[in-house]
Amino acid sequence: MESLGKNLRLVDLRKEFGDLVAVNDLNLEVKRGEFACLLGPSGCGKTTTLNMIAGLLEPTSGNIYVGDSDITELPPKARNVGLVFQNYAVFTGMSVYENLAFGLKVRKVPDNEIKNEVMKVAETLQLTSILDRKAAKLRLDEQQRTALGRSMITKPAFFLLDEPLSNLDASLRSFMRVELKRLQRELNQTILYVTHDQIEAMAMADRIAIMDSGKLQQYGTRSEVYDQPANRFVANFIGSPNMNFIDCTLVEKAGNAYLDTGEFQIDVTKMKTTITKGAKSSEQIIGVRPEDVYVEMKKSTKTPIKGTVYLIEPLGAKTIIDIKAGKSMIRSLVSGTFRPKIDDEIWMGFNMNKMHLIDRKTELTIF
Amino acid sequence: MVEVKIENLTKKFGKVEAVNDFSFNVKDKEFFCLLGRPGAGKTTALRLVAGLEKQDKGNIYIGDRLVNDVLPSERDVAMIFQNLALYPGWSIFDNMAFTLKLRKMPKDEIDKRVREIANTLKIDYLLDRRPATLSGGERQRVAIGRALVRSPKVFLMDEPLSNLDALLRLGMRTELKRLQEEFGQTIIYSTPDQLEAMSMSDRIAVVREGNIQQIAEPDAIYNRPANKYVGDFVGSPAMNFIDCTLVEKAGNTYLDTGEFQIDVTKMKTAINKGAKSSELIIGIRPEQIKVTKEKSKDSIEATVALQEVLGNETILHLKKGNILFKAVVPPTYETDIGKKEWANLNKDKLYVLDRQTEEVIV
Repeated sequence: MESLGKNLRLVDLRKEFGDLVAVNDLNLEVKRGEFACLLGPSGCGKTTTLNMIAGLLEPTSGNIYVGDSDITELPPKARNVGLVFQNYAVFTGMSVYENLAFGLKVRKVPDNEIKNEVMKVAETLQLTSILDRKAAKLRLDEQQRTALGRSMITKPAFFLLDEPLSNLDASLRSFMRVELKRLQRELNQTILYVTHDQIEAMAMADRIAIMDSGKLQQYGTRSEVYDQPANRFVANFIGSPNMNFIDCTLVEKAGNAYLDTGEFQIDVTKMKTTITKGAKSSEQIIGVRPEDVYVEMKKSTKTPIKGTVYLIEPLGAKTIIDIKAGKSMIRSLVSGTFRPKIDDEIWMGFNMNKMHLIDRKTELTIF
Repeated sequence: MVEVKIENLTKKFGKVEAVNDFSFNVKDKEFFCLLGRPGAGKTTALRLVAGLEKQDKGNIYIGDRLVNDVLPSERDVAMIFQNLALYPGWSIFDNMAFTLKLRKMPKDEIDKRVREIANTLKIDYLLDRRPATLSGGERQRVAIGRALVRSPKVFLMDEPLSNLDALLRLGMRTELKRLQEEFGQTIIYSTPDQLEAMSMSDRIAVVREGNIQQIAEPDAIYNRPANKYVGDFVGSPAMNFIDCTLVEKAGNTYLDTGEFQIDVTKMKTAINKGAKSSELIIGIRPEQIKVTKEKSKDSIEATVALQEVLGNETILHLKKGNILFKAVVPPTYETDIGKKEWANLNKDKLYVLDRQTEEVIV
């Protein structure tokens, strides 16, 4: 099936509810054929954004473009958006065929043409063998494909998916993620996928837009948001188990620069220029992901920081170790076979190539 | 010493066997977990122990006491539910003090007890506030505190973290486990989340449709699953299962998947002993498949169907003919959809399952 996808562009999109700014001058472009995720906790503005794109809410200001045309003022029906919601919109009393045909029927497309289109869509979505089945009898993944098919048949310019997998259990969700991604690639469709689940976003998206409090925090590829988070919010939200944050003070001693946590010091002389440029004050935060915390039972140059084992969480392939170093609690992700005991003395160190420094006032990442 | 002993516990609702012949001992101070999907019978089992439901058959002992006919309020158990019921109009202090007041404990003693527990749970700053102003994690701690002030012998926790968001859940996992270490309660805990079960429990009972599949320590559940259900349910990404046929060729034994063969001559006796027929399943965890650019001995050439980039690792979905399987690679591994890779299955960590019984043979 040829791609009819177009790009989607949000320009200074804003929505106010009284004093509350739900969406604050959002700028975002989803390219043609791209799978983008709008990710954030509940209340971050992602659903408001989605509703404005679908035409269910009128923006306070700003514009929405599809391809070259401004659709901001268009009624929902005329927007040519393929909407798929959390509760799959399939008519359970109808067969798969009738569900797929529905969108064309209401547009009074001739029967033989409808049949043609239904067969094409059914083949792409592997629904051909179950066209006669009532939607109520379908498995969840079949229901989902039917819901997608219903949207696809109207040849939307892009798809808007609102947490379509959140009602499924974990193993089916993982299966459906693969299915959705495969379909999107095969059909070369433009998708904006809204979710609060960072794992879902990381598994499927070409680019992820992270929102908080109505504002876009960062828009980047999966590795960009994971390896170079723009600020503390993104750093904390992406990745599981989440990043460790340790308050520290920047100190200079004999020409060298250190991050002093009160418990231990880290030499950052090499990064001095970057730090001086970005730091608003000496109050800083060290950010380090659990997999970048090295752990050994003995002190070494790689593991100079002393701590005690607070808790061990075995996860099978991996083990999470919570380590107490003075006031700080630091989480480390190590191989599943490494098993110290609670209250053991343990030594750790940070992977300096992966460690981040975040300004405590601005909460922006310095490196 | 507070052990909980469950013997042949059975409960039906109409024709549905919600709990079918459960038998297990929960040791003193043990964190025992019932792990299963919604509808597996976890909540019913907990309600039976609490006395909120009456079993059709079987015995429940708490300590040395047979409690089959003991009222819920006299069983010395505290149940914590998924939906935390706090009285909205009362302060946190009053919420926590409520059961002690009912017991007519002197006022100064109540005050002392509540503050002591609040201190340990780090919720002392909340005591004057109303429930509506609390975050999910704070409410959770209050609910636990309210149960703790009664100093019950046994805690029954029914999916207490299910309503919290992912980040908070991770923090609460640590808190709960650590609390148990400090207070030394015996806990029976139910959850549908295998990570939660693996990370907190001393032992896990995997439950499926009213039947216990396996009871073992987390490591044993992970490394020696009893059957396909357990192997599939525990571990993320889930174990790969590949249908195969047992074939013999020139004295050697192979598992033939139709696309590739694996030499299992060394395990021949064990396989022959357990296999009901030649129809078998290979089970292998994604982290036990090594993916490389170069061919090595016994490696299989497969095509990348999808990459799930998770940051600290990447899951590759690989396709060999009609067979799809997953492998875990480091985040730095470079490949793309459609590229060819070589996959090597770690034979030491390979499971062989019978296709009929779905039991693990080797």
